Amino acid sequence: MTFERRTFIKGAASVALVLVSGVPLRADNHNDWQGWREQLLAGREVSDGTITLDLPAVAENGAQVPLTVKLDSPMTAEDHVTAIHIIATRNPAPQIGTFHLTPQMSRAEAMTRIRVAEEQEILVLAELSDGRVFEQTASIIVSVGGCAT
Amino acid sequence: MATPRIRLPRSASEGEEIEIRTLIDHPMITAVSSADPRDMLASFTATMNGETVFSYDFGNGSAANPTFTFYVRAAAPGDFSFVWTHEDGTEYRADESVSVS
Repeated sequence: MTFERRTFIKGAASVALVLVSGVPLRADNHNDWQGWREQLLAGREVSDGTITLDLPAVAENGAQVPLTVKLDSPMTAEDHVTAIHIIATRNPAPQIGTFHLTPQMSRAEAMTRIRVAEEQEILVLAELSDGRVFEQTASIIVSVGGCAT
Repeated sequence: MATPRIRLPRSASEGEEIEIRTLIDHPMITAVSSADPRDMLASFTATMNGETVFSYDFGNGSAANPTFTFYVRAAAPGDFSFVWTHEDGTEYRADESVSVS
């Protein structure tokens, strides 16, 4: 087998790629959750109010973590929760998802499943029809991180 | 892939609270840490009698095979539709009826 220059360049390139991807990505260097939170708040202050955030304290599988958010609200046309934003502080991206609620809902409550990459705080912001915003956080530990895709 | 499954009661009284559960098979590939191309749903919308009652915007932190549980006040005639919209615009839809009296 003869050693060709082209082969060497290809080989060198793939070595470089491995080295670059081998550098551990620090989620907190890339996840601008504070910026995303500010964008969602759009200049509004957080008010005192209660959000119940049900999240397991320890998740075996970070790829499928059940999350339930509840607020005490009459869910009438005049007084209801309009949106609940879910924010990850140490996933590769802060955006988990946003529930949009309406007065046709009988409770300000919704459940879904989220991805949690590593131990972190999950933050929720709830927007009310009167313009107030509530905030709540919950800590979670994961055995196997859930951002493999 | 992308087969919706819905669980809701067959009948309800006008104004009665009903629980709705939805599930769709979808890999929700973010392409953040895999070589596979991005394949993500963008949103989910539930309507009752043509009016939106609940919706969700999917971010990268939404799990594969997305599921939701939520509660609405049943209103006649009780025609529900559930639509998942992919980032590429493809829609997956399920229609269900609850007999509301």
